[in-house]
Amino acid sequence: MAVVQMQKLSICGLKKDRRAILDKIQTMGIMEINHLLEEDEVFQKVDVSKEKGNFDKMAVTADQSLNLLQMYVPKKPSKFASLEGKEVISEEKYNHIIHKKEDILKVIKHIQHIDKERSDYKAEIVKLENNIESIKPWLSLDLPLNFADNVHSAMISGMLPGKLTMEDINRIMAKVESLGIAVEPHIVSRSNDHTYVAFFALRKDSEIIEDTLSTRGFTRLYYAWNKTPRDTIDEIEEKIVQLKTKISQIEMEMVALDTNREKIRIFADYYRIRSDKYEVLSHLLQSSNTFVISGYVPTMYVDDIKQEIEQKYDCNIDIDPINKNEDTPVLLSNNKFSANMEGVLNAYGLPGKGEIDPTTVMSFFYAFFFGMMLSDAGYGALVSIVVLIVTKKFPNMGVGMKKALKMFFWCGISTVFWGVMFGGYFGDLIPVVSYNFFGTEVIPPALWFTPLENPMRLLVFSLLFGLVHLFTGLGIKGYICLKQKAYFDFVCDVVFWYVMLAGLILMLIPSSIFASILQAEVTFPAFVNTLAIVLAVAGAAGILFVSGQRSKNFGLNLARGAYNLYGITRWLSEILSYSRLLALGLATGVIASVVNQMGSMGSGVLGVIIFIVAFLFGHTLNMAINLLGAYVHTNRLQFVEFFGKFYEGTGRIFEPFNRKTKYIDVKED
Amino acid sequence: MDLWSNLGIVYALIGAALAVLAGGVGSSLGVGIAGEAASGVISEDPSKFGKVLVLQLLPGTNGIYGLLVGFIVLAQIGLLGGAPADLTVQQGLLILAACLPITIVGWLSGPAQGKVSAAAIGIIAKKPDQFGKAMLLPAMVETYTILALLISILAVTALA
Repeated sequence: MAVVQMQKLSICGLKKDRRAILDKIQTMGIMEINHLLEEDEVFQKVDVSKEKGNFDKMAVTADQSLNLLQMYVPKKPSKFASLEGKEVISEEKYNHIIHKKEDILKVIKHIQHIDKERSDYKAEIVKLENNIESIKPWLSLDLPLNFADNVHSAMISGMLPGKLTMEDINRIMAKVESLGIAVEPHIVSRSNDHTYVAFFALRKDSEIIEDTLSTRGFTRLYYAWNKTPRDTIDEIEEKIVQLKTKISQIEMEMVALDTNREKIRIFADYYRIRSDKYEVLSHLLQSSNTFVISGYVPTMYVDDIKQEIEQKYDCNIDIDPINKNEDTPVLLSNNKFSANMEGVLNAYGLPGKGEIDPTTVMSFFYAFFFGMMLSDAGYGALVSIVVLIVTKKFPNMGVGMKKALKMFFWCGISTVFWGVMFGGYFGDLIPVVSYNFFGTEVIPPALWFTPLENPMRLLVFSLLFGLVHLFTGLGIKGYICLKQKAYFDFVCDVVFWYVMLAGLILMLIPSSIFASILQAEVTFPAFVNTLAIVLAVAGAAGILFVSGQRSKNFGLNLARGAYNLYGITRWLSEILSYSRLLALGLATGVIASVVNQMGSMGSGVLGVIIFIVAFLFGHTLNMAINLLGAYVHTNRLQFVEFFGKFYEGTGRIFEPFNRKTKYIDVKED
Repeated sequence: MDLWSNLGIVYALIGAALAVLAGGVGSSLGVGIAGEAASGVISEDPSKFGKVLVLQLLPGTNGIYGLLVGFIVLAQIGLLGGAPADLTVQQGLLILAACLPITIVGWLSGPAQGKVSAAAIGIIAKKPDQFGKAMLLPAMVETYTILALLISILAVTALA
């Protein structure tokens, strides 16, 4: 239950060592660099944005090559990719590969180069195929397509709109022929809306013919090929085949290059790490021969840093006092069990200045309430077993993910506990199966009681657990007040409330409302009843008359006190909020029973099959929905009811300068 | 006259039917609203599927709560195996009344929760790391559904 104490270090060293020292800090990953130091005449920042930009570009280029490889040689990402985490490689292997980074860069460039070649070829093929399409109408022509270049005669080839017959053409040509010009028209082919024609005439007449034709919408087509259409198409097709061979060669080469994938990943991460380093470097204050760097280090690691850096390089490490209002980063440290719930706290906000880390206290309530809401031994056991298997199978998964899963492991254990208390094993599976398939009804006894038979009793206990939760929260608030020596707040915000609420509860217990809920009458001795009234009145009076005393204006103070007293309605709604423990617990059990009931509708062998299907499908669904519900509402009880009493969570997470990678984790020897 | 005095079990069944019906309608409206927002986010970034799915599902519980009350009523009036209970008109109406909280709240809170879910999905689109907070906002609406569910359950079980 603690926020780790931070120390502010500043390291002053020789400029020649700065890269080595930064490397060391980055590898250790225990220092958060702050860039608070200001430039002056001696110490100035050095612009390294060009180098950093280069490194970023390298990383991006490598990523692009990886994408290309993935495109050519698709590797299906595993279904459990998010669980597997990054690949772990040894420092030695890492250094070995990075030593050859020039070669890897060549491979990366080569991959991009041949990919570009391939797309060029593909574009070329498309172009050639279009050419074939445009030549196809001329296939029946037995002349070179650029025949027009003859000395005396000319071929005017092109297309006319519409599906024309020879008579139509002759009619068009009649006008030309009437001028005494000899022309030989040919219809080469027809498409749906065009007629491809070729006219042969003397070269000197071709202009007149073309003019006449153009009045009918003639488009002249020129081709550069000096072979017949047939031969031209053959030639183009051969070219296409050659290009396709080249493409498949490239694709095969890509498959061969795929063996480099791991190296390229390491290459990409190497440049990511360097880019981060240069980011820090760009904020580093440097004089002509020295540099200075400052940042936060958890107290427990200060000696490590000193040992690794001060003793190996000529430098000086100072511990600076931390300012009272300084925004120190927060790192949590908790026992093995509670640390798993740190993710929950993270989702709300880390402890800010003067706040304590509530994780440890919260973690026990968390598992407790979660189990009560899911409250089925079967489901709980299943959750815990699945988590155990997953964490064993994927040892490299990220720390956050591992903690979250382990949290569910403990919540599962708690669920088993509550399942046994309430007699829920996949709902009423045991009685249903034993009755339907074995003829005798075996009812596993609830260790405590069955909620559906006595929901009022569980409601009272739910509210009671809620009260304990809320009082704990109020207690922590008191602890914080005392720690900050805010004694007035301690008395007004904590003690008076305890007194008044205790009195109110003592008054409520013997009342008839409570008796009807509990179905049992409780009678206190007379002095307890008097004490209850005294406590309630004293607490209320304290809140009304004392808690508002923050200025000299009596009326305002009283109004403030009255407003504080009005906070009692909040307490009421907060306690009632814990009734969800009952409602969600019942929901799990009853829906599970519905599933079992539906499953047991058949009989004989068919009945067993129906039951198994209904069991698998129904319980999976019910478990999923109730897991979600239990998770959401346990969080709510912590965030709103519990944290509402004492916690703001304005802290900032500790982000050490370390090796931030995308693909691999380098493990130090 | 005879018909009117034998309507007890009919009223009870209407109560059960209403609870399931209204809860289901409320949930499907809510899940629908959230689903539209979820699809929008996934079209931009499919990797957020897991997170937005959870948020889309949050308004889905009303239907479950309705089913829960409906099921308890059916069990109480003996319609699930065994002979139907002999209910007077008054008993039937009492059960019908007991079903009303979850009926009405489940119906109306569904779309309300769906809207908050849709907005919370917007949080995920912009700040995926704020999942914890995004999830909590729709759960606030659910509190009142749970309170209604509680009274319905307590009333139905007490009437048996």
